Amino acid sequence: MTDALFTANNLWLMICTALVFIMHLGFGFLELGMTRQKNAINIFFKNFFVITMGILVYYLVGFNLMYPGFSDGSPGILDFAGFGLSLPGGESIDYAGGGYTYWTDFLFQAVFAATAATIVSGAVAERVKLEGFMIFSLLYVAIAYPIVGSWQWGGGWLSQLGFHDFAGSTLVHSVGGWAALMFVYFLGPRIGKYQDGRTNAIPGHNLPLAAAGVLILWLGWFGFNGGSVLSAEPNATSLVLVNTCLAASAGAIVAFLVAKISFKSFDLTMLMNGVLGGLVGITAGADQMSVIESIVIGGLSGVIVVYGITLLDTVLKLDDPVGAIAVHLICGIWGTLAVGLFGDLASGSQFIYQAVGVGVIGLFCVITSSIFLLITKYTVGIRAKRDFEIQGLDCTEHAMDAYSDFQTK
Amino acid sequence: MKKIEAIIRESQFLKVRDALKNLGVKHFTYWDVTGVGKEKQPHVYRGVNYESSAINRRFISLVVSEDLLDAAIEALLDSASTNEVGDGKIFVLPVEKSIRIRTKESGPSSL
Repeated sequence: MTDALFTANNLWLMICTALVFIMHLGFGFLELGMTRQKNAINIFFKNFFVITMGILVYYLVGFNLMYPGFSDGSPGILDFAGFGLSLPGGESIDYAGGGYTYWTDFLFQAVFAATAATIVSGAVAERVKLEGFMIFSLLYVAIAYPIVGSWQWGGGWLSQLGFHDFAGSTLVHSVGGWAALMFVYFLGPRIGKYQDGRTNAIPGHNLPLAAAGVLILWLGWFGFNGGSVLSAEPNATSLVLVNTCLAASAGAIVAFLVAKISFKSFDLTMLMNGVLGGLVGITAGADQMSVIESIVIGGLSGVIVVYGITLLDTVLKLDDPVGAIAVHLICGIWGTLAVGLFGDLASGSQFIYQAVGVGVIGLFCVITSSIFLLITKYTVGIRAKRDFEIQGLDCTEHAMDAYSDFQTK
Repeated sequence: MKKIEAIIRESQFLKVRDALKNLGVKHFTYWDVTGVGKEKQPHVYRGVNYESSAINRRFISLVVSEDLLDAAIEALLDSASTNEVGDGKIFVLPVEKSIRIRTKESGPSSL
């Protein structure tokens, strides 16, 4: 390992950090576009809070809870290396095998942590109480996300078992998705979404902006998956990016075809959810798959995401304006299990390890989310006041208009 | 003097505008409106079918002298029509007075 290679590796990881950071703009645009204009300010307020609070809290506790440096013989369930950041001894090429510096490590992981919380934001949009959302996401990023992360990426019991989750189909996306599911369950649907057993459509107010959000998220995934190689190793990095893009493309094409056959329309929002479903699906095994396997995983994600959205929306009556639960939770589970079915690791025992990881993490996330939601519900509350929700959260909670003076046509 | 109010399809607007211009109507006002009527526009959003009763049309308003009235109505009927349900409606109202603000002249010459 030369200094030049160390510099190149670290530079790549910093570029990836910036790409994952810009995913927060993608999430913001997607959520904004898929909801009504009366809540636009509220949505960006939540999204800004998540990234800013996320980085601070990850600095304070998250990083050292997720990477506590389990000692030999430790069960690898829970450990904490102390508050804040401190430069470990011998800060140099030796840290992480020359892949990146300690500082890059922290920031790369911090923008990931905020991603898990921002997944929740889209699912609860338009009726969540701002204070309740803030407290819940703070607790979730500070405690639940890093503990789960420590089991795998921190060298804990799941990694010792043989579980594989390359960039976080489960560790990031499903962890966010489970919280989104529980939050939506506790919160209930938006007023007017379900009437007399009928499901009403609440169309988003700016689909071009949502489309920009999806393309920005896809761009961010170059960093999300590309950076998870944890160095700029040429072969691995390039293959991961190829697999990522093929899965996204296959997800989009399959999703729009499934939607066209099922609903008789070319639904842009379903196509976009197909892109995201494919991306989440390939995230667990982007380093293990051949290109054909990536296309299969992405394509099946496209089927899963369309029927997942319809199942949640019309059968289970869980109101998720942006489709976050179907994209991040269901496709995340699929992608994680797919590592046991396709690619270099595929085997019966690997499938069991994957299933154990999905199941235990799911259970942990459901329990912690429920506890945090109950705490939040009985202190500040989780649901916006009824008349605030009807008038719009922008003018009631924020005393602002998102588009003051703006007119179309 | 008479005021003509017409609710027309947006798609017919350019034809209507040119027909009125050819007739010698120097100016008129228009704006986009939304109404409720018999027509239902089918929509699909994320697999949920719904019908929007909101119908988008363009509303035009002009004041003409008596001698132009019949020709203007004729021009509107001709240019705004597609012979499909939903072509719109025309209303004619009496106008008491008309004044040009700059010159303060009144009557048909102020139109």
